[in-house]
Amino acid sequence: MATATNRMLGHLGDSVVRLEDPPLVKGQGRFVGDINFPHQLHMRIVRSPYAHGTIKSIDTSAAIAYPGVVAVWTTDDIQDIPPIDFREGSDPTLALFRQYPLARELVRYVGDPVAAVFAEDPYTAEDAAELVSLEIEPLPVLINADDPPQDFKGKAKTEAAIVEQGYGDIEATFASAYKVVEVDVKVSRHTGVPMECRGAIGRYDAARDILEMYGAAKVPHRNRETLCRMLNRPASSVHLFEGHTGGGFGIRGELYPEDVLVCVAAMRLERPVKWIEDRQEHLMAANHSRQQRHIIRAAVAEDGEVIGLDDELYLDQGGYIRTHGTRVANMTTGTLPGPYRFPVYRSVCHFCLTNKTPAATYRSPGRCESTFVRERLMDAVAVAMEMDPIAVRRRNLISLEEMPYGRELDVLGDSVEHDPGDYAGLLDQGLSQIGWDDLQATLAERRANGELVGAGISMFFEKSGLGPSDGAKIFVDGTGHIEIVTGGASLGQGFETAMAQICAEDLGTDYRRIRVIHGQTNRIDYGVGAHASRATVLTGTAVSLTAQAVREKALDMAAELLQTKAEGLDITDGVIHSKNNPGGPSLTLGEVAEALAPTSKVRGSREPYLKGEEWFHIDHQTYPYGHHIAVVNVDPGTGGVKIEKYFIAYDIGRSINPMMIEGQLVGGLAQGVGGALFEEFTYTENGDPQSVTFADYLMPTLNETPNPEILLTEDFPSIRTPLGIKGAGEAGITGAAGAIASAIDAAIGIPGAITEVPVTPQRLKKILDENSI
Amino acid sequence: MSNKTDIGLTINDRKCTVSVDPRWTLADVIRDHCGQTGTHLGCEHGICGACTVLVEDTPVRSCLMFGIQADGKKIRTVEGLAKGDEYHPLQKAFMENHALQCGYCTPGFLMLAAGILESQPDISDEDLDEVLSSNLCRCTGYANIVKAVRSARDEMKTAS
Repeated sequence: MATATNRMLGHLGDSVVRLEDPPLVKGQGRFVGDINFPHQLHMRIVRSPYAHGTIKSIDTSAAIAYPGVVAVWTTDDIQDIPPIDFREGSDPTLALFRQYPLARELVRYVGDPVAAVFAEDPYTAEDAAELVSLEIEPLPVLINADDPPQDFKGKAKTEAAIVEQGYGDIEATFASAYKVVEVDVKVSRHTGVPMECRGAIGRYDAARDILEMYGAAKVPHRNRETLCRMLNRPASSVHLFEGHTGGGFGIRGELYPEDVLVCVAAMRLERPVKWIEDRQEHLMAANHSRQQRHIIRAAVAEDGEVIGLDDELYLDQGGYIRTHGTRVANMTTGTLPGPYRFPVYRSVCHFCLTNKTPAATYRSPGRCESTFVRERLMDAVAVAMEMDPIAVRRRNLISLEEMPYGRELDVLGDSVEHDPGDYAGLLDQGLSQIGWDDLQATLAERRANGELVGAGISMFFEKSGLGPSDGAKIFVDGTGHIEIVTGGASLGQGFETAMAQICAEDLGTDYRRIRVIHGQTNRIDYGVGAHASRATVLTGTAVSLTAQAVREKALDMAAELLQTKAEGLDITDGVIHSKNNPGGPSLTLGEVAEALAPTSKVRGSREPYLKGEEWFHIDHQTYPYGHHIAVVNVDPGTGGVKIEKYFIAYDIGRSINPMMIEGQLVGGLAQGVGGALFEEFTYTENGDPQSVTFADYLMPTLNETPNPEILLTEDFPSIRTPLGIKGAGEAGITGAAGAIASAIDAAIGIPGAITEVPVTPQRLKKILDENSI
Repeated sequence: MSNKTDIGLTINDRKCTVSVDPRWTLADVIRDHCGQTGTHLGCEHGICGACTVLVEDTPVRSCLMFGIQADGKKIRTVEGLAKGDEYHPLQKAFMENHALQCGYCTPGFLMLAAGILESQPDISDEDLDEVLSSNLCRCTGYANIVKAVRSARDEMKTAS
């Protein structure tokens, strides 16, 4: 337990209040919509009303004539701007499928940008956008990724890639199996939907020849690289600035057509250009995610060991391939085996374009989908083998003795190697804490009395801390205030507080004296932002290493001034003092910083300033793990599902701020519940989106969101990071669909009934009716 | 096309005179013409509640009301909650209970809760949950928002 003293200081493991909060509760946040520049123009996008078609003509004359309109662009006006490239660099095999900022020749989904209107105010821009008239000749629409591929621009098929991973001899293994168990399961299309819609402001400073973009998020440095490539500008002449960001979840902050347009327009129209998305646009233009169908088979031995796994999946990528390339396919096929041994494995992903909104990553990409699929299969194996679902899982879990456990699988360029962890041990702790046996007995009794209640479990491993490297800079000023400059990003997860706590630990100062910079490309050259639960692991470790270097420098200078040895000194609350005589002679960090000023006479030959810059390099990602347990109650009249109880067990390795970690788990779960029960983008057969308002795209409110019991353990600090940190951003969502589906099966007494999420009341009612329940 | 009308409203005890287009929403008037950007827009169709403000002390979704309808009315937004350096009990409770992450929906939740706790200081946990289920949050999973509002309710009762 933290003591009262260090709780005030905010060191590692303390649930201190966040540095981010004061402006946010006072209405002083600076979100992109709150930022304005004198003389700015407002951009409105004209979007395709057709899911697939050839652009015959675009008549912009009425819009251009509209008072207050400065320009109207179609792709003809920006012929020199290439399609938006992949974050990880060019990929000739996928280049054809990229999206131009404004549609060229073809439109490929409802919402595809075809023209941009620039006007003096947003109302005028929107009015004029209505006057742009489009002549589009419809083409056949492809809605399902598992339907036969169509032609793409006469140059390729819509099956853009096949991503395959695996190891071992599938055919021989299945031939030798005692039983083969197959399921055919689907995850429907849903996505992050942050509360703040997207926005971007482009601004060009001709005096300095610098292009600026405000409203950047998630990966500002990486987006700068892509923008520089596309616009052929040096990095020193392009700067991206992240302000407050109203939620990210993987989808906000990618480089989108609108971001490129405001930048190009700012340079060509010579005025700042602001674009703020509305919610209807957001639901048809920002990245969708998740939609996959898996046909998956398990080869099972007589004792319940799954000796082989063979998976074929169809990933619905939507109209184009955006910045991520085939990343979701890679993560799905690379993490599907989860916490189980599965000695032989193959997954073949058909990465297929359709005529829907382009898809990419959403919190726990690949793991969320594959965990649902794998855990549905494990439940099916239990049924086929007449075994208890927990026993089947235990039989197949990788054991602690086998760790670190490597597989010949690739996840984002990293060969998978499970961190040491006791999967079965955590399962024991979880089942014991929730009282699994008593719970099952109570539920059986309630079912006997006619209630449709049941419990389900879902196990997973997560990935976090994507490498390879990150750096940080720390500067201590003459007042003892500290600035940390990082290339990280803050999407609401508490990045500033976490970095400050890590620095406070090493520098012996109050975390509230620390200012954390992120998402500003003009402050640090390198940064990988905040994604893949990597910020605390990578950037946090870089901050720790830098803080240790600064500490050493401070103690070295102080030792000379205090005429003692550095080894005998310590720092407490910003004061350097003797370890043995804390009340004796002392110096503040500020005084030492003054002593190290360039003009200081006592500095000697030391480098000027009390500052440092260090790097952290990681060989493998860290792989935290956990499980979810859900208890549900099904209403036979409506098919509605009420979650009565929810439990999450997770090994975090080492906590920086347990309050924030639990916040991540609880918040992630709310999104998991949304994906399991409510959220879905549906389309008509013509490709018209049917979920473009919050009345159609249903996100959980307080009424639908369980308050989970959480078991957060620190039993296995990561061996990949000196602090033992593992990521926390995604574990709350990963296991949700699997646990809830399993619980619904149990509640209605039909094993394997749930083959698709979300389990909407309509879907479940149909199952109940078909089975006369 | 423009057909402007002059209106006057009071925002957080300050008079604000604006020449408005009839179609401007109250949210746009507050944000773009009264300079109070703490009120956020999440959906502009009355579902998410991020834009909740108090109009004559009653919670209202400012995206569903035209600015012109607020002529002569007393408006309170998140910027008016704190008294100088002193946080409103709700603001304090939100920080202490980690009831916000990205903070985008927070002003709406704060104003919804402020309105309800003023009119029903003794509101039950159950009724409070019902009220709070009218706004959307995408980060927190709501548990800490509930905790924070209940704690502020209890503190405000003790204080009064």
